[in-house]
Amino acid sequence: MGKRRFTAVFSAVLILIGIVSLFSRGLNLGIDFTGGVLLEVGYTTPADLGDIRSRLADGGFTSALVQNFGTATDVLIRVLPEEGVNSAQVGDEILAVLAAGDSDVELRRAEFVGPQVGEELTERGGLAMLFAVIMILIYIMIRFQWKFAVGSVIALLHDVLITIGLFSVFRFPFDLSVLAAILAVIGYSLNDTIVVFDRIRENFRLIKQQGAEAIMNTSINQMLGRTVITSLTTLFVLFALLFLGGEAVRGFSLALIIGILIGTYSSIYTASASALALDVTTDDLMPPKVDKEAVDDMP
Amino acid sequence: MNHYSAWQNLLILVVIMIGAFISAPNLFGEDPALQVSRDSGSAMTELEFNQVTLTLDEEQIGYSRVYEQDGRAMVLFDTVDNQLLASDVLHDGLGKAYVIALTLAPRTPDWLRAVGLKPMSLGLDLRGGVHFLFEVDIEAAVEQRLKQYESDFDKLLRKNRIKRKTRLVNDEVHITLGDAGDVDQVDELLRDADPDIDLSRRTVDGKVVIIARMTEDQVKQRRDFAIQQNTVTLRNRVNELGVAEPVVQRQGLDRIVVQLPGVQDPAQAERILGATATLEFRLVCDGENALEAKRRGRAPIGCELYEDRDGNPVLVKRQMIVSGDQLVDATSGFSQGQPAVFVRLDSKGSREMLETTKSNLQKPMAVIFVEQKRDLVERNGKMVEINREEKEVINVATIQGVFSSNFQITGLDVLEARDLSLLLRAGALAAPIYKVEGRMIGPSLGQDNIDKGIRAIIIGLAFVAVFMAIYYRSFGFVADLALMTNLVLIVALLSLLQASLTLPGIAGIVLTVGMAVDSNVLIFERIREELRNGNSPQASIHSGYEKALSTIADANITTLIAAIVLFMFGTGPIKGFAITLALGIITSMFTSIIGTRAIINLMYGGRNLERLPI
Repeated sequence: MGKRRFTAVFSAVLILIGIVSLFSRGLNLGIDFTGGVLLEVGYTTPADLGDIRSRLADGGFTSALVQNFGTATDVLIRVLPEEGVNSAQVGDEILAVLAAGDSDVELRRAEFVGPQVGEELTERGGLAMLFAVIMILIYIMIRFQWKFAVGSVIALLHDVLITIGLFSVFRFPFDLSVLAAILAVIGYSLNDTIVVFDRIRENFRLIKQQGAEAIMNTSINQMLGRTVITSLTTLFVLFALLFLGGEAVRGFSLALIIGILIGTYSSIYTASASALALDVTTDDLMPPKVDKEAVDDMP
Repeated sequence: MNHYSAWQNLLILVVIMIGAFISAPNLFGEDPALQVSRDSGSAMTELEFNQVTLTLDEEQIGYSRVYEQDGRAMVLFDTVDNQLLASDVLHDGLGKAYVIALTLAPRTPDWLRAVGLKPMSLGLDLRGGVHFLFEVDIEAAVEQRLKQYESDFDKLLRKNRIKRKTRLVNDEVHITLGDAGDVDQVDELLRDADPDIDLSRRTVDGKVVIIARMTEDQVKQRRDFAIQQNTVTLRNRVNELGVAEPVVQRQGLDRIVVQLPGVQDPAQAERILGATATLEFRLVCDGENALEAKRRGRAPIGCELYEDRDGNPVLVKRQMIVSGDQLVDATSGFSQGQPAVFVRLDSKGSREMLETTKSNLQKPMAVIFVEQKRDLVERNGKMVEINREEKEVINVATIQGVFSSNFQITGLDVLEARDLSLLLRAGALAAPIYKVEGRMIGPSLGQDNIDKGIRAIIIGLAFVAVFMAIYYRSFGFVADLALMTNLVLIVALLSLLQASLTLPGIAGIVLTVGMAVDSNVLIFERIREELRNGNSPQASIHSGYEKALSTIADANITTLIAAIVLFMFGTGPIKGFAITLALGIITSMFTSIIGTRAIINLMYGGRNLERLPI
């Protein structure tokens, strides 16, 4: 708790970088949000991206994005919605252009999202986030107390902002599965925060002499072992997913890893600190009726 | 304390064994197979079943198994070659009343299948296939109905020799009467024809105008009908393609989702499904000069200007004799060396055609090919999609004789003739549909995803297991057992619910593995703390579990909330993730809390211990 100032500044800096990046560079949005066509093609030999680009340009697809996807033989092609282009046919047209260059090209995956559907998915994604945060706010208010609820939501927003910010800074691709990962991070990070709050509440009742800050400190230190270990085990599996799961879940695993790292940090420093800033006291946590103590019954 | 009764232990064991049993079908793998079903969808009889096997036996095509599933015959083969060979043989041998689909069938042994157990259902991104989301142009459906009203009312009034001028203005049919005295008679005629329509009258420039409008109810009815009809039509088209386990469903207000797992030729699927081609038959405006009209850029009254395939202008009457949805059957073939479509009209269409050909012998009739297209244009800085109807005259022929229900159409090439007859056969779309979302996954990628997903789960599990065993020693080992049981239970639930497993779903399982350990970490840390505080081993175990319980519940509920939100707002693959996450949390609560407690109770409960190996 003593490091409160330092961590607050550190967090603020990260959030600021994130926001600045979001406004200036924006996110590398996938076609789920922008609409357009996405093709994943595989060649038998390492692909010549420059050649592909020029062929596509000749074919009229001047704004096509061409990049490698995982290995040198896999290529990802993206075309955004353009005036006069019938997006539904674009996939076939592009494939024809590519086949002219190298008949060994194999279409692995094709996705087409019309502009309206893109808008709708963006809206739904935003609504989902909002709804999740509200539901969680209500739940914590019921279980704990509004000051803690606000504290946890602040920690949440902090996690989400930094994660999205990092995605913007590094231009990681941001598609629907990344959004799903962020929602999962919200749920998971809360997991951590609640465990800490639970211990704080318990200690508030047991240790009546010390001030709020000291109690929080003790609680956090007690939970430190558990918090770190759980994050560690989850990160184990996520790294397995990142390296072995293939390109398709790369953005997803990345979002989860970043989210959980930041989430752990915020559970330790941000959530309680915010509640503290709101002057939380023992009275806030006293339940209307007395809790039953855990009874040690020896046979 | 620290003792579960024999019944409790037995119950836990039974749950786990049932879980293992239910998840067993997933171990057997899949074979290439054919699914034979009746076109009508009703169940196959024993006789038909035998016919399938007989046909294959006759051609000496080896199959590994045959069984019945949901009223369909499933025939499994050892190789894809046999599968394809059998497909051709059955197509020829069984005829058009059956749908023969290429698919992959699980190799579940009969005794498991008899109990109704199946392996997990794989989502599109793991199996390969196509997914389309179509938007139905409801406005066009309503407009079409209005046009039909216009045409029907005009014909009705003409038959009753009432002088009138019928026009379509916005969403209303305006009938300007030549003789104001006819107003009551017209009113009566129209109400007889359609009692629900909304009629009103107005006087404009001294002439009486009767205005017919569709009521709210009628519009809604028309919309629902259009979507229903389209869903049926799409199902028919999907059947023609021969796909096993297709999904054709309404989604939301005006959309239809079509999913075709394991489709071998996605391009053909797309072409057939989205095609809105239909036909219109109209008389040519004789006595008018089409070239003249083209030059002027305007068609004379009562006529419309179209072009034929060579670009020559053709003037046709505004009135339609027969439209595409009045065709009941269509086949493609050749007529005098030309590709042709042989059509048959329904009774109303036949009557109209009969009347028209009778009174218009030796006059030219045009066949118009109608297609709906959608373009992207920029309006106010945003990209919007607008609809466009493309009409082309494919044939102008002189009416040589009177015909009513059967006749043929030439003027298309072979592929077009074949596609068109399929479309006409499957049914015309009540309203045009446009593809607004489409995804296609090749089968090799699907298998790739499965392999990668499984590898991630195994390695992730291994890491966690080793770590837990080292850090918490024997307790950690118990937690590892719980973890593996957790996996088995998740697979069992997924198999039972037949919820689709997607790649994000596998990621969800991986995440659950990491999180399930959390509950155990909480418990074990608590036990260690109690021991540090000086409590006895038995008491520590007891309080460890007790005190950690409410924390675990709270913590898991928030993740559950996130999973529920994801399920509500998410699309296909994301829903898969939400499901595995939610199921994983539930099963992990069972295995991590109750499961480990049972084992620990058996190992340490009721014994006098000095220390705990934790």
